[in-house]
Amino acid sequence: MTTDIDTTADKYLRDKYAIIGVGETTYTRGSGMTTRALGTWAIKNAMDDAGIPASEIDGMMSYSGNDSTASPMLAGDLGIRLNFYMDVQGGGSSSEALIGLAIGAIEAGMCETVVIFRSMNGFSQVRIGGTGARASVPVGGDALHAAAYGWFSAGQNFSPTFMRHMYDYGTTPEQVAMVKVIHSEHASNNPKAYYKQRVTVEDVVNSRMICKPLHLLDCCVETDNATALIVTSVDKAYDYRNTPARILGVAGRVCKPRIDMHFQHGPISTVAGHYIKDIIYRNAGVGPEDIQCTGAYDAFTFTSMLQLEDYGFCKKGEGGDYVSSGVMRLGGERPNNTSGGHLCEGYTHGMNMIIENVRQLRGEVDCYCPKDENDRRIHSYNYAPPEEGGGCRQVPNLEITQNLGWAMPGTGSSLIMRKG
Amino acid sequence: MPQGEYLGMTLTVLDLDQENLAYFQHCANHDFHLQRCVDPECDLLRYPPGTACPWCSSREMVWVPVDARGTVHSYGEVHHAIQPAFRERAPYMILLVELDTQAGEPTEHEALRVAGNLVDADGNFAGPDLVKQVGIGSRMRMVFADVAEGLSLPQWTLDEDAEQPDTPWRYPQQVNGV
Repeated sequence: MTTDIDTTADKYLRDKYAIIGVGETTYTRGSGMTTRALGTWAIKNAMDDAGIPASEIDGMMSYSGNDSTASPMLAGDLGIRLNFYMDVQGGGSSSEALIGLAIGAIEAGMCETVVIFRSMNGFSQVRIGGTGARASVPVGGDALHAAAYGWFSAGQNFSPTFMRHMYDYGTTPEQVAMVKVIHSEHASNNPKAYYKQRVTVEDVVNSRMICKPLHLLDCCVETDNATALIVTSVDKAYDYRNTPARILGVAGRVCKPRIDMHFQHGPISTVAGHYIKDIIYRNAGVGPEDIQCTGAYDAFTFTSMLQLEDYGFCKKGEGGDYVSSGVMRLGGERPNNTSGGHLCEGYTHGMNMIIENVRQLRGEVDCYCPKDENDRRIHSYNYAPPEEGGGCRQVPNLEITQNLGWAMPGTGSSLIMRKG
Repeated sequence: MPQGEYLGMTLTVLDLDQENLAYFQHCANHDFHLQRCVDPECDLLRYPPGTACPWCSSREMVWVPVDARGTVHSYGEVHHAIQPAFRERAPYMILLVELDTQAGEPTEHEALRVAGNLVDADGNFAGPDLVKQVGIGSRMRMVFADVAEGLSLPQWTLDEDAEQPDTPWRYPQQVNGV
């Protein structure tokens, strides 16, 4: 899988940038505050995490679906004078893409250090599942070919892709349910997770049907939260408090053909990862066999599975076996979404999975292990529930992680990081 | 400007949206048309309506009648509806029907896959007995739901004249009787 390229060529920025700080708010349903206040909170946490003052940040980027507060407001609140900012439209898979664009902005000399944030009241203001005010907006133009059919929310839009995968490859509801089961195990050892309850396959397939093939527990949570991370060049990255997570490669918003209506171009059970893998592994100089921990976007159980399969972590069509085999469980060969992800920790449009992998690479994820005199967890690597003497979720000896960001079946992004 | 109320939604086609205006006007005539690229080297139909040819980038096209029959390629079945008027119609099906016309062209995995709900022969949303009969492989024909002057929506009903598969593929778990 590793492709031989000349990484000294100017084109390649492999290993030259890093994430130096990460932060988030509490994951809640009912934040009781504005997205401006949430965003400020998350960015300040990321600044404190890195130990970077406002005077050393001069770039800011964010993404939203008109449900956030723009960068100039938050920069003003925090006393950050900006040499560059950009607030873009977008949901899932924006975070990895913006990291790439932040690298580009720094490389172009536009600024030196960029904070990226996503702030959303995804439960109490704009419901990400599409209920509430979003369900009654007028339908016009190109949306007539979808929303007019009650084909509107993410789950509804993606369901033909998921269903066709079951038809093409014999994937079963019970196999896919294991994604939720495993992520719930991880969340049970995460003090910050919104849902910490471990669930079983039976719990998932017996939960009420939302839109076949998606039961309630196949769908992610809707939460209020903000998340932030700070990107800078490697020559500055070691001036701050933490071991940097160095960026080996990034791919941003790679698309299948015809994303105006991607179902025209089959196989519809293949997703954008099929195209992303040729960019991300080339840029990073590693292949799926080198990845020790994944963050495969889990808006739905199916999205993790489809992506892991199309990136090459298993053969095409064997995603059901992969996700139900235990490979992606803590203690398995390649754990996925060790925080519990969108299915359990909280919904952030991808940011929390990057934050998690940054902390994993540092060896500093939060869990229920006892702390030393410096307030750091002494990891036991016992992944049993806390009440059974476990409570850890740190992956040992971790060197390389990958995030697999999802916008929809036809569009995704990816990020590969290594321990600095 | 074609505009009308449909299942609690206000549906609108703007006067400057020439592609959708023409598409939905043909549907209002109950005569399904799609755009065909006029480049003789290309000559391909496309769906949904667009402003250029996805295969050759030509902006020149002509509207042509298309036989609106095909096979269910995949589907979603909504049990927990979001939009208010759909709640009383749940469970309802969202069908992706692959037209016989131009199936497997220009490459083996490409086709014209036209969305719509499952309705009965009179155009009413399908009840549970009909939903149970339809899955991947079912043979469908198009009917139209009239919304306003110049605006009807294509919908799908079982093709009574076609040979149906013995058991179309359906999601393995029965829920709410379907």
